Amino acid sequence: MNHVPLLSARGLSKRYGARIGCEAIDLDLHEGEVLAIVGESGSGKSTLLGLMSTQLDSTTGSLRYRRRDGISVDLDHLSEMERRILLRTEWGFIQQDARLGLRMNVSAGGNVGERLMAVGWRHYGKIRNEAQDWLARVEISGDRMDDAPTTFSGGMRQRLQIARNMVTRPRLVFMDEPTGGLDVSVQARLLDLIRGLVAETGLSIVIVTHDLAVARLLSHRIAVMRQGRIVEIGLADQVLEDPQDPYTQLLVSSVLQV
Amino acid sequence: MQSAAAEMLRIENVSKTFTLHLRGGMYLPVVSSLTLHVNAGECVALNGPSGTGKSSILKMIFGSYLTSSGSVLVRAGADFVDVAKAGPLEVLALRSSTLGYVSQFLRVIPRVACIDVIAASAREDGCDEDEAQARARSLLARLNLPERLWGLPPATFSGGEQQRVNIARGFAAHRPVMLLDEPTASLDAVNSAAVVELIRERKAAGAAILGVFHDASVRDKVADRNVEIQPVERSEVCD
Repeated sequence: MNHVPLLSARGLSKRYGARIGCEAIDLDLHEGEVLAIVGESGSGKSTLLGLMSTQLDSTTGSLRYRRRDGISVDLDHLSEMERRILLRTEWGFIQQDARLGLRMNVSAGGNVGERLMAVGWRHYGKIRNEAQDWLARVEISGDRMDDAPTTFSGGMRQRLQIARNMVTRPRLVFMDEPTGGLDVSVQARLLDLIRGLVAETGLSIVIVTHDLAVARLLSHRIAVMRQGRIVEIGLADQVLEDPQDPYTQLLVSSVLQV
Repeated sequence: MQSAAAEMLRIENVSKTFTLHLRGGMYLPVVSSLTLHVNAGECVALNGPSGTGKSSILKMIFGSYLTSSGSVLVRAGADFVDVAKAGPLEVLALRSSTLGYVSQFLRVIPRVACIDVIAASAREDGCDEDEAQARARSLLARLNLPERLWGLPPATFSGGEQQRVNIARGFAAHRPVMLLDEPTASLDAVNSAAVVELIRERKAAGAAILGVFHDASVRDKVADRNVEIQPVERSEVCD
């Protein structure tokens, strides 16, 4: 395992006029690591995810990424072309609302195959086979391959989104509340799938969630955000069992026990 | 092995104080100036009334509690890592190579069959799939978990069944330093005896074991030494 961080933020800030989205974020993500960003609505966690995934431009600060070829690049200074290549070949993004992450009128197989074509696959049979393999891995049966995701349930759409992202073997996947709005049994299936992918592929993940149980189950480390800042960061079990910051203590103690 | 047993765990002058911000910044000391060591092939029991911070000591060693002061040295190969000062990545590396921890309660992973929960732990220990499954089956059989349950997720199991899954998971990885928090708390005599056997085997294989055993008969069968934990003077102070 390489000890140079995969992704490294320094002094990252985002302001909307006078309002703070994120302020002075220093954060390193390592290879194979799952980092959960938790906090309440409006804490800046989605803004931070947007900055780290270059979907938003930062107001100040820097963001570096170590590519597959070992070269570290400054993400602020990438051309739009370079950024798009990176997004296609090394990254994935799972949206909370699957409609934003999928093409709703394209078949399930097409949704997955499209990503392969974007990285240069041309042989129709091979694309279809690879797409079918990934659909099977996310437990979507082959007879749904030609159906559009408009006909899928919420849980199936999320699994399709994962297949669409994973088919190009990304090194880093950003997830924004991937289990939000799903029934708990559907959520458990999705969490199980994500855990399996991390164990098998050594994938790194930055996941935003307001659900501490999801953070505990999936992540190695947890960062707690409040008012645009990280108030506490540490090992997942340490942050939840021995929280240091007053706000984290409040957050942890507010969770309903089952 | 017996003649020059290596020191595997050394705790020096360790204290732990919680700061309860929701209660006006009240300080709650739970462990004060504790020093102890555990050698390879040895089992040391932490004794004392409940609420004296025995579980907290285990959690500080595992890194799920922060240490307020002192050092928590765990041998990893030729060197010692001070968990009290180590960063998250170092602690994670230590957990996957050296530290095993059997907590009081199973943290249930939804949807995963109990045999796979245990096999996953063996795989992390470097077993291939067949070996991992074999280790899991052997442990479940020794802990008398009915075979019809092996393929089910443990969420719906009884307390005693969940605890046996938890123990099997802990023992499926052969770690040189093991922390056991009340491993026999909800087990009957037959299953307690099975756990005693597992602990003895790990000791014979050279593991250093630090445990909390509420059951004196279990403790007497496994512990080479006892460390009495004194209740901390509770002078509750506010900011």
